[in-house]
Amino acid sequence: MDELRLDGNAAAGTLGEVFSFEVTTAEYACGGCGRTGRLGGAMVYEVRELGVVVRCPSCDNALIRVAHNRGRYLVDLRGTRYLTTG
Amino acid sequence: MSEGFISRGFGGRRRQSDDRLPPGQYLVDGFPVLSAGPTPHTPLEEWDFSIVGEVDDPKRWTWEEFRQLPSEEITKDIHCETKWSKLDTMWEGVLVDTLLEGVETAAEYVTAFCDGDYTTNLPLEDVTGGKVWVAYAYEGEPLEPIHGGPARLLVPHLYFWKSAKWVRGLQLTSYDIPGFWESLGYHNYGDPWREQRYWGD
Amino acid sequence: MVAVRPRRLLWRLEEVVEVVPETPRTKSLVLDVLGWEGHKAGQHVDVWLTAPDGYQAQRSYSIGSAPEDGRLMVTVDRLEEGEVSPYLTDVLEVGDRLELRGPIGGYFTWEEGDGGPLLLVGGGSGVVPLMAMIRHRAAVGSGVPARLLYSSRSYEEIIYRKELENLAARGGSLEVIDTLTRSKPEGWSGYHTRIDAQMLKEVAWPPNESPLDFVCGPTPLVEAVGTALVDLGHDPARVKTERFGATGG
Repeated sequence: MDELRLDGNAAAGTLGEVFSFEVTTAEYACGGCGRTGRLGGAMVYEVRELGVVVRCPSCDNALIRVAHNRGRYLVDLRGTRYLTTG
Repeated sequence: MSEGFISRGFGGRRRQSDDRLPPGQYLVDGFPVLSAGPTPHTPLEEWDFSIVGEVDDPKRWTWEEFRQLPSEEITKDIHCETKWSKLDTMWEGVLVDTLLEGVETAAEYVTAFCDGDYTTNLPLEDVTGGKVWVAYAYEGEPLEPIHGGPARLLVPHLYFWKSAKWVRGLQLTSYDIPGFWESLGYHNYGDPWREQRYWGD
Repeated sequence: MVAVRPRRLLWRLEEVVEVVPETPRTKSLVLDVLGWEGHKAGQHVDVWLTAPDGYQAQRSYSIGSAPEDGRLMVTVDRLEEGEVSPYLTDVLEVGDRLELRGPIGGYFTWEEGDGGPLLLVGGGSGVVPLMAMIRHRAAVGSGVPARLLYSSRSYEEIIYRKELENLAARGGSLEVIDTLTRSKPEGWSGYHTRIDAQMLKEVAWPPNESPLDFVCGPTPLVEAVGTALVDLGHDPARVKTERFGATGG
């Protein structure tokens, strides 16, 4: 059991600063294994003060990586094939 | 955040300063664990360490072979970009100079690659000259998985995100390839004495 | 159904208007929020503290109040080795201000229209978002059958105990099942172990009723319960989890 991982909700605050839609109910397709699901059900690693990483619950691929420093946001979505709000 | 707002009566964790610390750092009790992904648990029978990339002859050691290499005890201060530092931390490991002995290359950069998807990049000259180790023990005990065991890179002269946990090898490259945090706004080099935390510092 | 918010989440300063001791280790903080647009049961807020030297710490706290309460209330569990929770429970007073953002999270939420039957499983302060769901359910007079399986260390540490007893006594198809893991009062006839597969088998709705499960609390509890529910045949898409993490506030 990995004590460090949290549920998708844990990234909702940080991602909510970047996206104008409710991120945890958005659907993703994993660029690693193709699995689809809602981001709320993905796994989150909160690296306190460095950034947030959202990972596929099936293959651990980093779906989204976000950092917030020097007043700017950096978002890496390469791990998702797509994100959709509907 | 709201400009200038202070939470009345909030102090936070004990933070001690010290003359030996780079700017903006404080001493911390314990050893915080920061992980961007699940802790790998590679069995030692499956573990290996490689030197690959722009080299004529790639090298590879199994765990047993690795442990036969000359190693040393290391005592160094470490500085995490998230502002905590620890002084005189004690490790045991193999100098990267030892691993690169006899390696012919025109490459100028190195990417450390690891179990999981973490990478970090350094100039080749920063991992040589007695500055960097692959460490497998901390305070006399085998390095625990949550702290990067079986082995992690140890780069005390740069911010600790460069000391990649669960390291499995070094890839020598002609081009500098920004790693996990370096591609997400964190400084490409990361010298704590010049407070190089983010791009543009 | 995906919520689309017209603007991004922003930080705001809110004043503490009431502090309510719940148990020896937990307190509820009621915040006066001008322009609070309401929330859904299950959501949380992020709290940001700043020390005089600029040091900052951030934590998340679940909202315990129902959307119908018209106010923002969070319940904080004081962790001995915590950095933020002892400040919130020991130092913060009525009149102080807190920097927060929220409400956050649209996945771990329940409203009457989502149906049921509902199984709510909580450990310690994991009960807070579940309580918001229970309070919402009561406020709208919902007939959705609901069971709360709640693990606490002792009787005195059951958060919202009186209110839960009252709601369950109303006979409106809410059942509250407590389990006490460290100490039990004399004459206690309820469960007295950690939540395990056998307990869940006895308490959970059968899979053929297509229940909605919400599990919240310390990570080890959430992982064990989540796995057990799926093993019992519950649809993984209807088992929602919120891990509080091994390290807390």
